[in-house]
Amino acid sequence: MRAIFHAAVIWLATLLPAAGVEIEEETWFRAAGAARELHILSTTDTDVFAPLIAAYQQRAPDVTIRYVVASTQELFRVLRDGEAGFDLAISSAMDLQMKLVNDGFARTHRSGETAALPGWARWRDQLFAFAQEPVVLALSHRALEGLPRPATRGDLIRLLRQYPDRFAGRIGTYDPRASGAGYLFATQDARQSDTYWRLAEVMGGLDPRLYQSTGEMIGDLKAGRLALAYNVLGSYLSGQLRGWDDGGMVELRDYTHVLLRTAFVPAAAQRPAEGAAFLDFMISQAGQQRLAETTGLPPIDEAALSAAPHLRPIRLDLGLLVYVDPVKRRNFLSEWAAAVIQR
Amino acid sequence: MTAAAPPSLRRRLIWQFLAVAGLLAGLLYVSTRNVAHDAVEQTQDRILGAATLAIAQELRGGEDGVEIDIPYSAFSILGATGNDRIFYRIEVNGTLVTGYEALPGPPQRPGGLDPLFYSTTYLDETVRVAAVMRSVLVEARPAEALILLAQTRTAQESIVAGLANRAAMFGLGFFLTASGLAVLLARLVLRPVNDLAGAMARRGPQDLRRVARPVPKELQPLVSALNGFIARLSAALSRSETFIAEAAHHIRTPLSALRAQAEIALRETPDAAARARLRRIVRLADDTARSAGQLLDHAAVMYRSDQRSDEAVDLARLVQGICETFRPAAELRDLTIALDVPDRPIVLQADPLLLETVLRNVLDNAIKYSGEDGSIEVQLTQAAGQAVIEVRDRGRGLAGAALSALGRRFERGDNVGDVVGSGLGLAIVAEVAQVYGGSFTLSQREGGGACARFSMPL
Amino acid sequence: MRFLLVEDNADLAETVLARLSLDGHAVDWARGLDEAEDHLAVAEYDLILLDIMLPDGDGRDFLAAHRRARRTTPVIVMTARSAVSDRVALLDTGADDYITKPFDFLELSARIRAVLRRGAAEALPSQSFAGLTFDPQQAALRFEGETRELRNRELRLFEILISAPERIFSKAQLCDRLFSASEAVSDNAIEVYVGRLRKKLDGSGARIETVRGVGYRLTRS
Repeated sequence: MRAIFHAAVIWLATLLPAAGVEIEEETWFRAAGAARELHILSTTDTDVFAPLIAAYQQRAPDVTIRYVVASTQELFRVLRDGEAGFDLAISSAMDLQMKLVNDGFARTHRSGETAALPGWARWRDQLFAFAQEPVVLALSHRALEGLPRPATRGDLIRLLRQYPDRFAGRIGTYDPRASGAGYLFATQDARQSDTYWRLAEVMGGLDPRLYQSTGEMIGDLKAGRLALAYNVLGSYLSGQLRGWDDGGMVELRDYTHVLLRTAFVPAAAQRPAEGAAFLDFMISQAGQQRLAETTGLPPIDEAALSAAPHLRPIRLDLGLLVYVDPVKRRNFLSEWAAAVIQR
Repeated sequence: MTAAAPPSLRRRLIWQFLAVAGLLAGLLYVSTRNVAHDAVEQTQDRILGAATLAIAQELRGGEDGVEIDIPYSAFSILGATGNDRIFYRIEVNGTLVTGYEALPGPPQRPGGLDPLFYSTTYLDETVRVAAVMRSVLVEARPAEALILLAQTRTAQESIVAGLANRAAMFGLGFFLTASGLAVLLARLVLRPVNDLAGAMARRGPQDLRRVARPVPKELQPLVSALNGFIARLSAALSRSETFIAEAAHHIRTPLSALRAQAEIALRETPDAAARARLRRIVRLADDTARSAGQLLDHAAVMYRSDQRSDEAVDLARLVQGICETFRPAAELRDLTIALDVPDRPIVLQADPLLLETVLRNVLDNAIKYSGEDGSIEVQLTQAAGQAVIEVRDRGRGLAGAALSALGRRFERGDNVGDVVGSGLGLAIVAEVAQVYGGSFTLSQREGGGACARFSMPL
Repeated sequence: MRFLLVEDNADLAETVLARLSLDGHAVDWARGLDEAEDHLAVAEYDLILLDIMLPDGDGRDFLAAHRRARRTTPVIVMTARSAVSDRVALLDTGADDYITKPFDFLELSARIRAVLRRGAAEALPSQSFAGLTFDPQQAALRFEGETRELRNRELRLFEILISAPERIFSKAQLCDRLFSASEAVSDNAIEVYVGRLRKKLDGSGARIETVRGVGYRLTRS
């Protein structure tokens, strides 16, 4: 099986350590009885997810949960290698999740809860979306003082071209070479509209700062080092913006992608029933409510999407596999680099 | 042991209908499945082929090899038909460029512009593969690029299964409708047969008319056969009745002559020994005539009890009439017949001929065995839903002979050697009693003589 | 009396003729219905003895035609059938009586007598002998104001004796006319009835005398 991914391994090997799980954070949520155990591998920060775990443990008090946070690419690597330690994989990298499921690393799970999910929020009864997050433009009101607020990418391009001094070195965006989410946003932007490449070139001319996570970007925005942060996750942002009057969040009206945070039970799971039970909880009505109340992650809401025509959910379909292809990735990244890194 | 039920024509019809309907439904299911499978596979193949060609379209010769740019839509479109997994492999001059290395290659080299389709197994799943071969110029030298795009066929299977299931439902519906129709049709088709059977069953025993009711053409042979049978039966019945009458005539008339001759001779002969012989001749003639009469009676009883041409009979009148017939013969021997019959009629349903035969035999018996100057009591009573006729005599009684034996054909009591009688008379009486669900008993009478008791339900 | 016998069996017809002649009747014999019609056309009869099954037709049809023609001559049907319904049918058709073959001459005589008696308007004549009156109608003997009833056989015995007073009748002769030929009796059985009749005659002017070795006769006391 390893041979099948020969091509994938080649490029991943250049980015990731060769073996083991490169853990960012590991937390044990211990239960009193501790009769059952559930191991979750996730890309979502522990402090975001902890309230949901607590809510689950109220329902299932005898489940001890080990919550491991890793990068999207690390998660992909671990599960692709058939690591058996995890019963649920949660990631924001839709493309990588899709790839894992397509290549047979997920277990089929059907329940009343999965059936209740809209068709676009699940794939093959293996991959399930539990949160929908708009990908937005974050800005500092102070930095943009006296300037019009951009409503579309076209507005943004004009603004950047008109006031290059105000934005030079003060634009932040993901580095798609280092961030899975950043790569997904960039490829989806490229797919969606040619405007992206113009924007990329304009941003490239303004010496942008490249980041691996939304958190860092927001930090620099708050610190006044950035005037704009392009393609950040709105859910993170709204949490960070709380209590900070200067921050603003714009859902661009030409289109705003909506990321689906997905989960699946790995084929190699040792306690697949535990993983499936937690998954069911996450997508259940009660779980979704707790998710919205405690984590700030927006629950799956078809009505909200149809009410806002500019919102474009990234479709859980096979097209996602295209940019996972190493050749395609190499080509894309070189093109991106040519546009953005001009020095 | 339980007797097997006779085969039902209706059931057979229904089963045959059902078998045909079931067969049709099955055929429908299988053929729909096949057709749907082919149709869906063709559609899926077209999409798969289009996606493969879209990839091939983007192949370009570059400076350092073949440039590959998989269009987003190439994969995206494959998701349109369902949640099938895809695998792909792109190689140039036999060297893997990207994709799944172990994906099985095509059975032959794909030629032409159209994709080559084949089915194979990959990752334990059956996949359909489209293969396209393109020549690309790399540094002015042609390079062979092979593109394989594989798709699992879960969606196809589920579509085919859905269609086939719908066809099966349709077939089942058809089957059920056909079953209902079969039951209905069987009933309709068999109705004339049932009607005919009902008409025949309702007929009285004497009704030997031809069947004239209109019947379907297919039933004509049956009706013709039935009519032929009725005609033959009718002829046979009237022949046997005529035969009985003729036989009686042809036996009794010469016997009468014989008897009369002997009687005349007796008159003219003074010699005691010769007279004794002549008397014996007369007795033998009587004996023979009586036997013949009883045999014929018996035949008539058998034939009539099968026929059961019952009618309302006034038993009181019948008894009186018969006693009148016997009175002259009795008086010649100084026998009196004391008749005790109610004034009102006692009516019951029976064949008068059979009842007469009973009375005649019982009375004949009583007269035969009565001594000189005796009296015979004939009594008709009605009690507890039964009509009872009792004939009592002061003859020699039964002398120990069992009634059961007396009632049997050709057996006589052992004390009657000197009296003419065939022994068949009482058997006939017992048989008639049985026909009408009545009874016949013969008992010793206190103070000598016998009492014959014949009863039958009103 | 003049009878017409319609019977196709010659043996039977001959004996019936002989027997009825013995009783002093004149009998014509017809072999079939046509012949019977011929006879009826030229002569008056007191009684017709009719067979049913005849070579040229059914006696019942003849009988019906006979009655339709309003001819009143009594008819006794001789039938081989014994069923009473036949009797009823025959009587309905117009027969006065019927007798089943083979028949006893005694019975035939009795029936003939009954039919004739029914038909005759006047009573049979009484006969007298030695101060004694015999009334066959009443089956009674009367003398000196006294009436003595006779039973059937006594009656018939006395009838024979009084028909020829002083004539000697042999035991066999009497026996033949008193008993059915089929009855298992010896000629001596007659003595019982002679004895009974003697008792009935006791006190009258007549008596039955035994003529030893020959028979009996009715004579005056």
